[in-house]
Amino acid sequence: MTQLLEVSGVSVTFDGFRAINNLSFNIGPAELRAIIGPNGAGKTTFMDIVTGKTRPDEGKVLWGDRLQSLLAMSEAQIARAGVGRKFQRPTVFEDQTVADNLMMALKAARGPLAVLFWSPKPADHARVAELATEVGLGDALGRKSGELSHGQKQWLEIGMLLAQEPKLLLVDEPAAGMTLAEREHTTRLLVDLAKTRAVVVVEHDMEFVRRLNCKVTVLHEGSVLAEGTLDHVTRNPQVIDVYLGRSER
Amino acid sequence: MTRTYLSRNPSVLWFLLILSGFTLGVTLLSQAYGVAFLSTSFIKTLGMTLCLCLVALAMDLIWGYAGILSLGHMAFFALGGYMIGMWLMYARTEAIVITALSNEALPATAQEIQNGIAAQIFGVVGASELPPVWLFAHSLPLQLLLVVLVPGLLALIFGWLAFRSRVTGVYLSILTQAMTLALALYLFQNDSGLRGNNGLSGLQNIPGLDGVSQDRVSVWFLWASAFALGLGYLLVAWVVSGKFGSVIRAIRDDEARVRFLGYSVEGYKLFVFTLTAIIAAIAGALYYPQAGIINPAELAPIASIYLAVWVAIGGRGRLYGAVIGAAFVSLLSSWFTGGRAPSINLGFYTINWVDWWLILLGLSFVGVTLFAPKGIGGLVDLWQGLRTPDRKGADLGPGDGSLLEKEAKK
Ligand SMILES: Nc1ncnc2c1ncn2[C@@H]1O[C@H](COP(=O)(O)OP(=O)(O)OP(=O)(O)O)[C@@H](O)[C@H]1O
Ligand SMILES: [Mg+2]
Repeated sequence: MTQLLEVSGVSVTFDGFRAINNLSFNIGPAELRAIIGPNGAGKTTFMDIVTGKTRPDEGKVLWGDRLQSLLAMSEAQIARAGVGRKFQRPTVFEDQTVADNLMMALKAARGPLAVLFWSPKPADHARVAELATEVGLGDALGRKSGELSHGQKQWLEIGMLLAQEPKLLLVDEPAAGMTLAEREHTTRLLVDLAKTRAVVVVEHDMEFVRRLNCKVTVLHEGSVLAEGTLDHVTRNPQVIDVYLGRSER
Repeated sequence: MTRTYLSRNPSVLWFLLILSGFTLGVTLLSQAYGVAFLSTSFIKTLGMTLCLCLVALAMDLIWGYAGILSLGHMAFFALGGYMIGMWLMYARTEAIVITALSNEALPATAQEIQNGIAAQIFGVVGASELPPVWLFAHSLPLQLLLVVLVPGLLALIFGWLAFRSRVTGVYLSILTQAMTLALALYLFQNDSGLRGNNGLSGLQNIPGLDGVSQDRVSVWFLWASAFALGLGYLLVAWVVSGKFGSVIRAIRDDEARVRFLGYSVEGYKLFVFTLTAIIAAIAGALYYPQAGIINPAELAPIASIYLAVWVAIGGRGRLYGAVIGAAFVSLLSSWFTGGRAPSINLGFYTINWVDWWLILLGLSFVGVTLFAPKGIGGLVDLWQGLRTPDRKGADLGPGDGSLLEKEAKK
């Protein structure tokens, strides 16, 4: 099977500290993958590398059928190529309405001139309303997103991610601050999305990962410790030692 | 979405109405077209104030909306003035030289006229040849093109260098100050080709309008300035109203996040920087013929800082705020510094406003920043009963989103 994203031999050092150490990671075009690992394992840094925020010292990050190198591209170019990202802390534009946030994320031309002369068609308004309903913000379209609760901001950010229609979604701790019902909704949404695109989920919560029912990659000290089904990795003595044994949550 | 643009943006309509009313009122009070209640020099002041409002609009777009505190936009304003000033001076000198030479026995050759013009204009700096930058000064259309092109290109190149290396915040402000300072120092030199510290003068005499009195010309310029301000307002209001406006406000609030949405932040900044530089240049091209003179002191770094102060006092992030700030502060400033404000005698000390005005301005700036961050424009919110949270600068932390709701109910 051809891969959508191929990360190989990547290392990053912050002031002498190796946050990512010879990491390799592959994901196919329609696959759900969970990444787990103790605090400071390098999960967020891994996403930073793929999205172009952090440049690795060495290694390769290849994208798509044409094996394009993401390392030569800017954050915006990578996003336009089809990598969407949800941050650990919800980051939405608090000063703008839910509708404005979604409209900005909606897949469309991104250049300044194109955006200047762009005006929303009825289909765009409909799509925004549909997305808002999907993430439970259907009647909050006109509200400033700063007024939303933490969980609602998480949802709005997920909605913005969907609006971008990415080929690969990187989702950092989506369930943080959500109620049980919301978590279940998120699980269903992510599993659903992974039918048509690649989804990488970073999560601490084992129950959440179990419900995702997918291949799991365990990160530790910047490299892959184990990979396989959740049952497989949780039986791995090394994993038990570094992660499950010590930082049971 | 069937509502028209103006009905969705009532403040634009209000602004245009007030501007037209103002222009009409001033016209009716002018010497040339009305009851001669306002002096010609005051009408010039009002016309120039409209130009300052236009450049404040540009400042609000780049600072209030896109969050880039440029402290160099008055350089573009002055460059626009220089570009139009070159034609004004050339064409007028040409007329004088031709009249002078017509007394000679032989008709003057083109070369003689050219030399005469060069000697007239550059005698003061000890040169007798037209510098290459005056190549197009004989032609109004070309020089008008340069009003847009020269500041536009400078902004494009400067912005490209600065934004590409992701210079932001205070560093960018300092860089823009350095730009305007460097330009001013360059223009101060006699061999800069723009008459050094003499600058360009006699710009109020419009070539071809010799028979028309300044009373009339001043009103015409007021109309032109009001027209430019109206158009500029429409343009900027349109730019900030749609998705483009959303994106630049998003860049102001969290530019890293905007990148992950796929927008090239640098491209947007460069676009806004260049667009606002061009608006500033057009404002300058209308301002200096009314001022009559331009010299390198107009590019002093402090001029651009004043511009930011006007916008801050008027209320940045709303267009009419910038206009109100520029009009209010610059008119007040000319009142205080013009020696018309009565001195205050405290017995032991006399407050002379010419000296104290700047201190008053500085204090109001600090006061506005601390106590009324929305500036004068905030009064409109007060009047409309809008309330914004008083969070004392504290962030809305995760989970505290509902804070805004509580605050609104207060
Ligand atoms: N910009 C940076 N400068 C210096 N050190 C950094 C930087 N970013 C991350 N680190 C360090 O790299 C290590 C990996 O951090 P990262 O945020 O990727 O961990 P994580 O797996 O996401 O942890 P968590 O579960 O807490 O979110 C940490 O020790 C962190 O302190
Ligand atoms: Mg993390």
